[in-house]
Amino acid sequence: MPRQTRLPPPGYVARRLGQSALVLWAAFTLAFAILYILPSDPVSIMLNQAEQSLADAAQVAALRAEYNLDQPLVVQYGIALWRALHLDLGRSIQTGQPVAALLAQAIPATATLAAAALALALVGGIGLALAGSLAQAGWLRAALLAAPALGVSLPTFWIGLLLLQALSFHFFLFPAMGNEGWQSLVLPALTLAVPTSAAIAQVLGRSLAAAWGQPFAEAIRAKGVSRPRLLLTHVLPNAAVPLLTMAGIITGNLLAGSVVTETVFSREGVGRLAQGAVAVKDIPVVQGVVLLAAASFVLVNLLVDLLYPLLDPRILQQRQAG
Amino acid sequence: MTTKDTTAPLLEIRDLAVHFPTPGGAVRAVNGVSYTLRAGETLGIVGESGSGKSVHVLALLGLLAARGGAGAIVSGSVRFEGQELIGRDEPALRALRGRRIGVVFQDPMSSLNPVLTVGEQIAEALTSHGLGRAAATRRALELLELVGIREPQRRARDYPHQFSGGMRQRVMIAIGIACEPKLLIADEPTTALDVTVQAQVLDLMRDLRKKLGMAMIWITHDMGVVAGIAETVQVMYGGRILERGPVRAVFHDTRNAYTLGLLQSLPGAAGAAHRSRLTSIPGQPPDMTRPPPGDPFAPRNRFATPRCFEEVPPLAQVPDGAPGHLVAAWYDLRAALAAEAAA
Repeated sequence: MPRQTRLPPPGYVARRLGQSALVLWAAFTLAFAILYILPSDPVSIMLNQAEQSLADAAQVAALRAEYNLDQPLVVQYGIALWRALHLDLGRSIQTGQPVAALLAQAIPATATLAAAALALALVGGIGLALAGSLAQAGWLRAALLAAPALGVSLPTFWIGLLLLQALSFHFFLFPAMGNEGWQSLVLPALTLAVPTSAAIAQVLGRSLAAAWGQPFAEAIRAKGVSRPRLLLTHVLPNAAVPLLTMAGIITGNLLAGSVVTETVFSREGVGRLAQGAVAVKDIPVVQGVVLLAAASFVLVNLLVDLLYPLLDPRILQQRQAG
Repeated sequence: MTTKDTTAPLLEIRDLAVHFPTPGGAVRAVNGVSYTLRAGETLGIVGESGSGKSVHVLALLGLLAARGGAGAIVSGSVRFEGQELIGRDEPALRALRGRRIGVVFQDPMSSLNPVLTVGEQIAEALTSHGLGRAAATRRALELLELVGIREPQRRARDYPHQFSGGMRQRVMIAIGIACEPKLLIADEPTTALDVTVQAQVLDLMRDLRKKLGMAMIWITHDMGVVAGIAETVQVMYGGRILERGPVRAVFHDTRNAYTLGLLQSLPGAAGAAHRSRLTSIPGQPPDMTRPPPGDPFAPRNRFATPRCFEEVPPLAQVPDGAPGHLVAAWYDLRAALAAEAAA
C-alpha cells in the first residue's frame, strides 16, 4: 500500500527552526551573562600567566581595549553576539588561539567517539529490549529486563577504569590511551555506550511492554500475524516514540560522558578541551564549549521534531488541533 | 441436541474450561461449555462481563495471552472442521487465525495500529496467509468497497485516526472477512458505537453473511442485537450456558430466570413483552475464584430452590419446548411465574 507522504508541512518546520534559533540565542546570552558576573578578570589571568606580577597600567588598558572590556556592557554584548554570528568566539586566554579553531580541532575526535558510542548503544539497547520482549521463559525475561537497571547505575569513569584494567593492562587487546586508529576508539566508545544503551533498553523495554498490552496487538494476532512480525512491524514502531523523545537526554549523556571518558583514556576532544579550560578559568573556551553543547542539543531536538511525524502520523494532527 | 445434521458441524465444543491461575486462587472463567455450530449458522452469545462469553472463543484461537492469561489452563475439546484445536501448537493456530476463523473486536478505536494506513492493515491479513503484496493491495481496495467505504483508493492511504468509529469498525470487519473465513467471531462489535451506526453495522454484517456464506458467533450483552442478527441464542453466566435455543423460543418461551432478567432489562419494543416497567437484575456477578457450588445464578434468583444452591443443573432439552431449546435450571420458570401472577 503506498503511503501518504508524511513530510511535515513548511509552517511546522519554520516554527521549529525559529524556536531553535531562540534557544541558541538564550544559551549565548546566558553564557555571556555568567561570564560577566563571575568575579574573575581575564586581563589579570592573562598577565599572571605571563608572569608579570607588576603589570603597568598602560599594558592593562591595552589588553582591556583589545578584549573590548572598556566598553559599556551593552556594546560588549552586541560585539560578542555579532562575532558569534560570524562563528568568531574570541580567543583563548590561555593560548591566544581562536576558540572556534580550538573547537573545530577538537570536534572530529569527540564526534567520532560519540557516533561510535551511539551506534553501540543503539544496537545493544534495542537488542536487549527486543530480546527481553520476545523471551518466552520467565527467568530469561526477568534477567534481560533487570540488566539495564544495573547498566545505568554504573558510573562512566568506573566502567572506563574497569575496561582499561581488564582489556588493556591484563590482556593487551586495546591501547590504553590516545587517538590512533580504531583500536584506540574501542574502549572509550564501549565505556560511553554502556550507560546509554542501558537507558535505551530501559525506556524501550517499558514502552514495548505497554505496546504489547494494547488491544491492537491481540487484534493483529487474530489476523494470523506471527509474533516476530507483530513485534517488528507493529509493536516496535509504536514503542519507538518514547525512544525518540530520549534523543536529547542521550545527547546530553554522550557530551557529559565524553568529558570523563576523554580524561580517563587521555583522548583529545571537546571533553578534554572543556576540562582543561575550566581548570584554568579560560572563560572564552568554556563559553565556546557551552555554545557548542547548546547547538548540539538544539540540532538533535530539531531533528527529533522533524522525525516524529514519520513515526506517528497522529502527531501533526494533534499539533494542528492543539 | 435433538436435531440430527447429516453433515458434520463446523465447530464442536465439548466440556471447554478455562482457568486463570492467580495468587488469590484460580479464576474459573469458563466451566464446562459444550455446543455445536453448523456451517452458515449465526449464534448469538449473550452474557454480562465475566460470563466467560469472550474468553471461551479467544481460548479456542490461542489468543488469551494478550488478556493477561499467558498461563491460562484450557481443557476440553474444540473441533473445527473436524480438527482438534485444544493443545495445537502456535504455527497451526496461526494458520487458522484470520484465514478459516476471522475475528472482529469490540473497540475499533484501539484495535487498529495507529501508525499504519488502513490499507496496509487490511492487506496484512492477506499477506500473512501467503497472498502476494500486489494482489493483497488490490484485494484490500475491494474489501473496503465491500464494507461500504467510499473512495477506497484514497481511504486506503489514510490512518485509523482519520476515520470515524463506525468507519473504523467497517475496516475491522474488512480485516475479519479478508480471507473469506468459514467462521467469523464478532466480539461485541457494535458495543462502542452509536445506536444509528450500530444498526448500519448490523445491516452490513447480515449482508456479508449472505454473500460469503460464513457462520458467525456474535458475542454481546445486548439481547436486542441478538434478536436482530442471530438464529440461535445462547445465554452464558458464571462460565456456563444457562439457556440456549432458537431465538424465537428463547425470547417467547423463556425458561431461565437469568434470561428473563436480561429480557426485562432491555429497553424498547423487544423487551416490552416481558415486563410492565424497565427492571435491572439485582445483585452482583459471582466471584469466579470461588464460584457458588450449584447454579451460578442462584444467589440472585428469586425463583431459586434449595437444590439450586447445592447442585449444578445440567443443560437439557426443555421437555415441552421447541426442538433445540435447552435450559439449565432446577426450577420451572413458567410454573413459578404463573404462581407469582396468581398470588
